[in-house]
Amino acid sequence: MELLAASAIGVLVACAVWLMLRARTFDVILGLTLLSYAVNTMLFMVGGLALGKPPLIREGLSPTLANYMDPVPQALVLTAIVISFAMTALLVVVALRSREDNGSDHVDADDGDGR
Amino acid sequence: MLFALIALPFAAALALMLAPRAGRNLSAWTVGLAALAGLAILFVLAPAVFGGEVLRARAPWIEAIGLEFFIRIDGWAWLFAFLVLGIGALIVLYARWYLAPEDPPRRFFAYLALFMGAMLGITLAGNLLLLIVFWELTSISSFLLIGFWGRRHEARAGARMALAVTGGGGLALLAGVLVIGHIVGSYDLDLVLASGELIRSHPLYVPALVLVLLGAFAKSAQFPFHFWLPHAMAAPTPVSAYLHSATMVKAGVFLLARLHPALAGSTEWLLIVSAIGLSTLVLGAVAAVFQQDLKGLLAYSTISHLGLITLLFGLGSPLAVVAGVFHILNHATFKASLFMAAGIIDHETGTRDLRRLGGLYAAMPITGTLAIVASLAMAGVPLLNGFLSKEMFLAETLAFESWPSYQLAVPVLAVFAGICSVAYSARFVHETFFGPKGHPPKTPHEPPRLMRVPVEILVVLCLAVGILPNLVVADLLALGAGGVLQGPLPDYHLAIWHGFNWPLAMSAISLAGGLALYAILHRRGIARRIDLLSRGKIAFEGIVAALIGLAQRVTRTLETGRIQGYLLWLLAFILLVGASPFVDLAAPLSTKPAQPAGPMAVGLWLLIVAGALTVTVAYRRRLVAVIAMGIVGLGVSLVFALLSAPDLALTQLLVDMVTTVLLLMALRYLPAISPPEPERLARWRDGAIAVAAGLGTTAIVYMVLTRPHPSIAEYILATTMSEAGGANAVNTVIVDYRGFDTLGEITVFAIAGIVIYALLDRVRLTALTPFAAKGPAPHSLLLNLCAQLILPLAVAVSAYLFLRGHNAPGGGFIAGLVLAIALILQYIAAGSEWVDERLDHDWNRWIGAGLLAAAATGIGAFAFAHPFLTSSTPHVHLPLVGEIHLASAMGFDTGVYLVVFAACLLMLAMLGKVSRWEARD
Repeated sequence: MELLAASAIGVLVACAVWLMLRARTFDVILGLTLLSYAVNTMLFMVGGLALGKPPLIREGLSPTLANYMDPVPQALVLTAIVISFAMTALLVVVALRSREDNGSDHVDADDGDGR
Repeated sequence: MLFALIALPFAAALALMLAPRAGRNLSAWTVGLAALAGLAILFVLAPAVFGGEVLRARAPWIEAIGLEFFIRIDGWAWLFAFLVLGIGALIVLYARWYLAPEDPPRRFFAYLALFMGAMLGITLAGNLLLLIVFWELTSISSFLLIGFWGRRHEARAGARMALAVTGGGGLALLAGVLVIGHIVGSYDLDLVLASGELIRSHPLYVPALVLVLLGAFAKSAQFPFHFWLPHAMAAPTPVSAYLHSATMVKAGVFLLARLHPALAGSTEWLLIVSAIGLSTLVLGAVAAVFQQDLKGLLAYSTISHLGLITLLFGLGSPLAVVAGVFHILNHATFKASLFMAAGIIDHETGTRDLRRLGGLYAAMPITGTLAIVASLAMAGVPLLNGFLSKEMFLAETLAFESWPSYQLAVPVLAVFAGICSVAYSARFVHETFFGPKGHPPKTPHEPPRLMRVPVEILVVLCLAVGILPNLVVADLLALGAGGVLQGPLPDYHLAIWHGFNWPLAMSAISLAGGLALYAILHRRGIARRIDLLSRGKIAFEGIVAALIGLAQRVTRTLETGRIQGYLLWLLAFILLVGASPFVDLAAPLSTKPAQPAGPMAVGLWLLIVAGALTVTVAYRRRLVAVIAMGIVGLGVSLVFALLSAPDLALTQLLVDMVTTVLLLMALRYLPAISPPEPERLARWRDGAIAVAAGLGTTAIVYMVLTRPHPSIAEYILATTMSEAGGANAVNTVIVDYRGFDTLGEITVFAIAGIVIYALLDRVRLTALTPFAAKGPAPHSLLLNLCAQLILPLAVAVSAYLFLRGHNAPGGGFIAGLVLAIALILQYIAAGSEWVDERLDHDWNRWIGAGLLAAAATGIGAFAFAHPFLTSSTPHVHLPLVGEIHLASAMGFDTGVYLVVFAACLLMLAMLGKVSRWEARD
């Protein structure tokens, strides 16, 4: 399972990096979105991989890592998911304004032919 | 009192800066008095210092790096401070008469005082870092003084060159001092001087030595850094006399002497210092003969004499050190007086060109006599001070023992330099004061009486030292040399007559040979035809031009203005850094066995990988890409659900909905299809980088996942019920354990919302086909109905998720997103006008209320004398709902809820509005 997890994250990162290197704003945003999936998943998995052990305290189960997942990475990732959405939204709006103001959705605000 | 000594010149400089109307007299008096008061303090201290005491005064400065304001006065420091202040006082008097009425006196004297203080600082500093501070200050004040006549090109160029060379040397010196500090463990001069053995036996000794010598040689204009000094002659003559002959250029040799106990005595020292000194001595002497500018001649002569002193310190015997100290004193007196004489000649005739001068003795007999006496001292003629130290120098060159050829070369070249020095001294005297009358621009006459006083004093000193050395200078010399050696003095005695011996013979050869050389050169007119200017200037300017060119090329290459290029560099660098630990990785790939993968895991892997690859392959068809992105998001949510993170699964699912809506809305204003990219090569290159990044990430993640790690989780799991009052540990971490972080995060979220508002407020975006319909978009009746049915349900679910969040999956973030999505559905179904009519849509205010709620909850803890954001946990039993947890964290979570929901709506509602305005057109 570890190899599946690591390779899925690797594929996400590779796709993200390739898209980030594209010339159009929207493609870069797609890349960044994929990258945030990858980073969030990776951060989450630092706490370990376990099935059926959500960190919700139940009576009769001793509060150790043998019975529950590590809640700290989950908390970190929860806020990270929300914040990456905010960043995506901000980038989208910047991209829209850039296209409106410059007449091009190229990241350099220039299609290379002067327009 | 020691602090007052160092503060006086700086106080004078400050006073002049604050006195805008100070004229020549007031300015000169201010600085002159500072110098005289400093001298007075030195005399008060004299009994103790002559008695062999070392005076110390300390004040803390930056202790963390070992920098202490430590004033330390021993014999050597006292002697050099005396030189700085004594010559300084004379220079002030001279400059008062030298400056033209149109020169701003306040600025000049303030710079001069600044330099005087910096120079004093170098001599008195007892901490090597403090010494560096003052060292740099002398470079800067020297720059200001050389460039004093900033309208002249050569003044600016000379100032810049001097700053570049001495400043660069200063950097090397700083590095050297840091190394010494590393070896000794302290920058304290007392400790450093006592650690000579330790330093010389340390493996870093040679780097430290070379760096320190670079600094000292650049400052003291030693070959190959000597070229800046002649160009510094663009400075006003008092500056040349003070900085560039008597004091600043001596800072380098001062340092050689100062660090002598710590660094000298090794073969490396002997070789480097003596060889550099010898070559500078010879080169300077030869070049001085072939100068046409009076000051240029004196400048090269100064270089040559500095080389002589360096050579003496390089020879390293105690007697050579005594000779070096003695020559520092003697050179300062005769060279300062010669510079001042040259300045008088320039001042009264309007030129310094030897070819235009001549026969001045008749017009200015007194100045002429003074200059002649000083020149004789420079040439090393008996009965003058220059003779005594030169005699000692020659004796030392003979006593020097080394490889046979080098041992022979030193005295021979010393005599050759002596011949040249006699020749240029003769030329200076003869072609200025005798021979046919020249054609200077002005009619020459004697200068103002007081302008001559400093020259007279110095020339009298030359004579007094030369005739009665034991009476006048023996004690001072013993004091200074004792301070340099930090130990007993060798056996020597000062006398004019030591009997017939080799040094005397060498002196005689120098005198006769020098006069003969000059006679030949003069008769043939050779000296006037050849202008031996240093090639150093051309080399320096070439290097500077090359550096600027290189910098421009690098800038042009890197700073293309293309963001893609920057990102490429950034990613390549990250790859490099990330890959470097793998090069010689000794750790095993995994240290604990991997878990078996179930069919669910394989299925999710396929879903995510397929989704991501679809996005990548189909990225140009953007609608497809957005849908595929939704698949990836769904896959990630399911991964969270599978791997025991229900909160994350919920959050990710909700965020994906909002993100998809957002991206679809954005596509209304962006081209539906990315244009194809023409560069095939670039795509392969990007692909290679992407694959490398992916493989690297896979490796790192795999290694992290397959080894155990420490965690604070058990503490949180054990206390989440008792201390935070919630069974959902994720939620308690968010609102309690890490509440302060969360406050920061919702603030970021709020800021993002407000920035989007600012970017889109009153902006019209041009919609692009095919997503943009003409006119107002029709609304689906079915969707509208569903949305209206869903809304109350969604509000109830949101409230439920919020309330139970502390004990079960849910909480402010999730509940906020649910409510936001329900309202977004209304916007989509019914249009923003319809929603805005029915709701308080001032989302900015909602965001503010949320932030306030969160912050107020945190501040509320103060009322119970707890730190910010401490929670308290009363439980309340409500009818129907059951027991709920009314922790103060609930107030905090309410803030989170409001901010998330309102900022989400703000972001999407703003995007909806721009299209409305456009539709109205």
